[in-house]
Amino acid sequence: MRFWRRHSRDQDPLACREFVELVTDYLEGTLAEDERVRFEAHLAECDGCAGYLQDMRRMVDALHGVRGPEPDPVTRQALTRAFHELRGSG
Amino acid sequence: MLERLRAGDDAAFEELVNRYDHSMRRLALTIVRTPAVADDVVQETWLAVIRGLGSFEGRSSLSTWIFRILMNRARTRAAREARNVPFSAIDQDDGPAVDADAFGPDGRWRSAPARLETDPESSVLNIELRRQLIDAVDQLAPAQRAVITLRDLLGFDSSDVCSLLEISEGNQRVLLHRARARVRTALAPIVGVNG
Repeated sequence: MRFWRRHSRDQDPLACREFVELVTDYLEGTLAEDERVRFEAHLAECDGCAGYLQDMRRMVDALHGVRGPEPDPVTRQALTRAFHELRGSG
Repeated sequence: MLERLRAGDDAAFEELVNRYDHSMRRLALTIVRTPAVADDVVQETWLAVIRGLGSFEGRSSLSTWIFRILMNRARTRAAREARNVPFSAIDQDDGPAVDADAFGPDGRWRSAPARLETDPESSVLNIELRRQLIDAVDQLAPAQRAVITLRDLLGFDSSDVCSLLEISEGNQRVLLHRARARVRTALAPIVGVNG
């Protein structure tokens, strides 16, 4: 059974449609070893998927750099005043 | 940062508010019903942070501690509003990462997928796309929005996210996967470059 499964996987290269569903597991490092090998084999030969993965990495990098809008000054001042009163006085 | 806060440094506290206030509001809104309640929850959280700084033992990072307080307050409020539905029950999205039409019958791309535009020099996403990221995140279903906010916007690691949201590692990965794919798709039509 095990042999059959491995054999069948060798015969059955990863399709692009499967590749895109494995991207997060790949980036998270949670793919099983044989799946990672299959993933990287496909990556090496498919420009479309290589581009998709590269874009996904860039998007995640860009998300890391995003800062939301700062709170409105009234809220921030009120909070800072509360901090000052509660912490400042020990 | 913690030392400065404990010493009563106003500027350090302001920095903390600027850094996290918006994300806290977005996260609270994945749990409570209205922006007004989310505002309340965020404000209560800040006050609890101020009061708790002295007894915070630093076993988790400062940010994890703050967001744990936030999630607890939000859940308490949601329970009072009878809306304490677990994330996994809310997330109905089981669609593929990429629209099925993009692939032929053999499962390969019909044509190479559109690429995201980058700055020519630095190869980071161009400024226009970076501006659209937040809007795209805000359009996501609550559970996806919560996960991508914590993981990608705030940089929490997966075990912190699982414990903050009370979900399994597997569930967290699925939500992150769909969230990223949806954001990616939301950005794609704006570029419209094929090949």
